[in-house]
Amino acid sequence: MNRIKPFDHIILILGTLFMCVPVLVAVMTSTHSAVDIHMNGLYLTPGDNAVGTYQTVLTRQGGFTGQVTGLTMLMNSLILGIGFAVGKIVLSMAAAYALVYFRFRFATFLFWIIFTTLLLPLEVRIMPSYQVMSSLGLLNSYTGLIVPLLASATGTFYFRQFFKSVPDELLEAARIDGAGPWKFLIDILIPLSKTMMAAIFIIMFVYGWNQYLWPMLMTTEERFFTLMRGIKQILQVWIGSQIPDYNEAFALAVLALLPPVIVVVVFQRWFIRGLTESDK
Amino acid sequence: MRDATHHPAPPGLIRRWLSRPGPAPEPAKRVQFDQPLLPWLFLAPQLAVIFVFFYWPSVQAITSSFYIEDPFGFGSTFVGIDNYKDALGSREYQRIAGFTALFTVLVTAFSLGLGLLFAVKADKVIRGRTSYRTALIAVYAIAPPVAGLMGMMLFDQHIGPFVRLAAWFGYDMKVGINYWDTAFAMILVSVWKQVPYNFIFFLSGLQSIPASVREASVIDCRNGFTRFRTAILPLLAPTAFFLLIINITYALFDTFAVIDVMVKDKPANNPMTLVYKVYNDGFRGNDIGGSAAQSVILMVIVLVLTLIQFRWLERRVHYG
Repeated sequence: MNRIKPFDHIILILGTLFMCVPVLVAVMTSTHSAVDIHMNGLYLTPGDNAVGTYQTVLTRQGGFTGQVTGLTMLMNSLILGIGFAVGKIVLSMAAAYALVYFRFRFATFLFWIIFTTLLLPLEVRIMPSYQVMSSLGLLNSYTGLIVPLLASATGTFYFRQFFKSVPDELLEAARIDGAGPWKFLIDILIPLSKTMMAAIFIIMFVYGWNQYLWPMLMTTEERFFTLMRGIKQILQVWIGSQIPDYNEAFALAVLALLPPVIVVVVFQRWFIRGLTESDK
Repeated sequence: MRDATHHPAPPGLIRRWLSRPGPAPEPAKRVQFDQPLLPWLFLAPQLAVIFVFFYWPSVQAITSSFYIEDPFGFGSTFVGIDNYKDALGSREYQRIAGFTALFTVLVTAFSLGLGLLFAVKADKVIRGRTSYRTALIAVYAIAPPVAGLMGMMLFDQHIGPFVRLAAWFGYDMKVGINYWDTAFAMILVSVWKQVPYNFIFFLSGLQSIPASVREASVIDCRNGFTRFRTAILPLLAPTAFFLLIINITYALFDTFAVIDVMVKDKPANNPMTLVYKVYNDGFRGNDIGGSAAQSVILMVIVLVLTLIQFRWLERRVHYG
């Protein structure tokens, strides 16, 4: 059964090329100058313009107000990605803890209230969400950027499922030893959940970092722009220019894709487990 | 075959939450804390966020779908279901709905097919397994707008290799101007972006099939393809069905950024999907009532999809 099968490898190599060549092209082309790209097309080999291009993209004061640099956008994307992931973990862990470890009235009802949020993606209620944010005065703020994205129950369900798989004996033992709910949570449950938290952090970080529509609507002030917003910006500037800044667009794309790709590739074990695993 | 039902495919985690109609009637734990107020404290932040940013906007979408709002903000008029009639009756809406259906079918079919193909092959090979896996999942992390930007470059009038390839065949490809050229580019980029997700789930689905079942199937059937079709594929069915719903939702909603980047603010003669039209009418056209009605139509579609998933999964649980 373990013979080498050339056909399987050919398909996998083709698949790898299909998935990875566009990324390679983006990385390589970003190191050439705009004029070279305009004349010769895309590149699969490195050029010598990398330092200049990335320096420009990261530090040039761009936009109408001159307030925004690539570095600002990178920071904002990081704030959004990490803020969202941390917020999600804290909120959903607390909620799942209450749902699994407490006996109280309306528990079932509340579970349903939270569960319903899984059904409707943000995109279908985007207009009223925007109106709510604007009437709360939260446009152009990190709160407005992050908190509304937390209104979905994915994390709560991950943790709920995980807590249910934790052996009951732990709680029984802890109670015999006189531990209250806080002590049990902090000394036993949180240390037990570390792997789960890491997996959810990775998934949520990527999700937050990659947000597009919501940041686009929420932020009109350029100092709150994320990299995704910058990508829209750079394409709009193009219309009518003779030689578009291909190199800068690619450099921006590389900046936007590298952090989440690195996180997913380096932590792929945890990430895949968090995404797919059923029983533990 | 019976054995299979005892080894559900890995997406079980998500599937089970979705399929379970609420918490089991018995409490989650045999022992629980008996404190009336503390759980509310733990739940408060989550509930607050959900009420303010989920229920409030959702209710508002439903309410304002029955009104026509003055574009300058001078009040609104109740119009009953006129917004729905207008939307569903308009030729443009029907055309976009038709394109959305086609787009969804193609994106779902190709990304599921490729994901499955790569997963089956990656499951078979021994040498280079990890490298293939890494290469095939990396794109999962790339944001749709970034994928859209890269697509724009590959289909650029001056530098795009696809345009050059088409020219070599004597075809003048104009993405962003020609309707079907743009549609092709959008579909390709959307498929590319979604393949890794399907790959991950199909691969773990395959790896959870017990070795005993595989060995038995090898003994029973020597033809590799027939074996795959009759023994392995049925075991992957739950994974595939779960992914089908996820992929439809992806094609309907998550491709927004791909479309927005690729039409570059000029939706005029370019293809768009229903969710893009909600945004376009609401934010550009200032037609708040009409946009809300379209939102509600989309909500209904998502609800129906989810209910289908529940029903199907329940059946499977009972008779599987």
